[in-house]
Amino acid sequence: MLPFSSILWSSVGKKILTGITGILLTLFVIGHMAGNISLFIGSVAFNSYTKKLESLGLLLYVIEIGLVSVFVIHAIIGISIYLKKREARPEPYMKSGDATGNSQKTVSSETMIWTGLIMLVFTVLHLITFKYGPHYTTFIDGEEMRDLHRLVIEVFQRPSYTFGYVIVMILLGFHLRHGFWSAFQSLGLTNPRMKTIVYGLGIFLSFLLAIGFLSMPLCIYFGLIK
Amino acid sequence: MDTNSKLTLNLKVWRQKNGSAKGKLADYKLTDVSTHMSFLEMLDVLNEQLIKQGEDPVEFDNDCREGICGMCSLVINGVAHGQESSTATCQLHMRKFNDGDTITIEPWRSKAFPVIKDLVVDRTAFDQIISAGGYTSCRVGSAADANSLLIPKDMAEKAMDAAACIGCGACVAACPNGSASLFVAAKIAQFSYLPQGKAERKKRVLNMVGKMDDLGFGDCSNHGECEAACPKEISITHIAIMRKEYVKAAFS
Repeated sequence: MLPFSSILWSSVGKKILTGITGILLTLFVIGHMAGNISLFIGSVAFNSYTKKLESLGLLLYVIEIGLVSVFVIHAIIGISIYLKKREARPEPYMKSGDATGNSQKTVSSETMIWTGLIMLVFTVLHLITFKYGPHYTTFIDGEEMRDLHRLVIEVFQRPSYTFGYVIVMILLGFHLRHGFWSAFQSLGLTNPRMKTIVYGLGIFLSFLLAIGFLSMPLCIYFGLIK
Repeated sequence: MDTNSKLTLNLKVWRQKNGSAKGKLADYKLTDVSTHMSFLEMLDVLNEQLIKQGEDPVEFDNDCREGICGMCSLVINGVAHGQESSTATCQLHMRKFNDGDTITIEPWRSKAFPVIKDLVVDRTAFDQIISAGGYTSCRVGSAADANSLLIPKDMAEKAMDAAACIGCGACVAACPNGSASLFVAAKIAQFSYLPQGKAERKKRVLNMVGKMDDLGFGDCSNHGECEAACPKEISITHIAIMRKEYVKAAFS
């Protein structure tokens, strides 16, 4: 019997952990985008939604700690895979090329480490800007609550922030394009027929999420959401 | 292209005296290369030319030259076994190249496959992985009667698809991460389909994956470049099977 730690840190164990945490993060991102939709409805809907999240109290903390752990595990393994890659081929090829057969090697798959690291930095900045940003208040139905809507509208008036945000969301799409199908492959859930379906679904989902996320700041910037 | 035409080629060949020496690409010009030649025959011609000039011939691995032994290797213009898909270097013909082409020839590059000389690498790492579990340990005696062990046709076909691996190491050479997952997965999947492989399946997957990790191969990132480069078209579906086998073995 192998010790649990060596199972988790084996090449297969790392893939399985990456796959599970990746799917959990994807589910979070889908949930986050669903929440963002309330911004299109209006300030009351958005602020009520954030209030509802905050009112979860202890449960919210548990979810947050869980999310941070999942994020950190995903990042640590991703970085370790990148470092091992450099170790495994100390002398690079003088001339690089792509094989002509059935390959999933794409710009997405080759830049996972970079899109991932950008996402890591972005997430920290994103939390500082919004979660720990200025605390405006508003009254809805006589109840005092945080006016996150005002902050979001304010932030996305800044061209640099809006532009950066849009770029990062496109990179998120690239990360998911490889990451989504890769997670299923890592968990051993693919067979030739499934692979085509999951790969296609991954492309569709990454496109949908990127567009969904970047439409919001653009709408605010161009005054479509006030 | 006229099949009888002769090619003039500019070769850039990796030359390295031994494992500890520093290597570099050397330029050679080769004229009158017949398009009927295989890639290895073209290198034979280069070597004859080098020997005549009193130079050291280029060392490269080869054996059957029929695409079944797994000895030939070579990364040709950045692609393991060259651009022609599902073809080993020995079965790659010069008619696939054009007159005046520059061809860069490098060895498999992997920490686990150290260069011995020029284009020859030491692939005993694969033998070590096989020794860790790529077998069944029962006594088989003399050849049994055909069909004494009944295996459904589709299972036999699946096992054969995995067993088609010739262990050349192109998967490692092609993998951006230098992972040996496709080779190891093919060996594990092959046994997983057959009754003979069932008894030791847990030990096999844990030991073979453990050995692969110890030998310094990289981690898989599901690029699928291994499948694309594989001369035997081994599918990365076998890697999914290996992972399933690993989970089953680790948690039961």
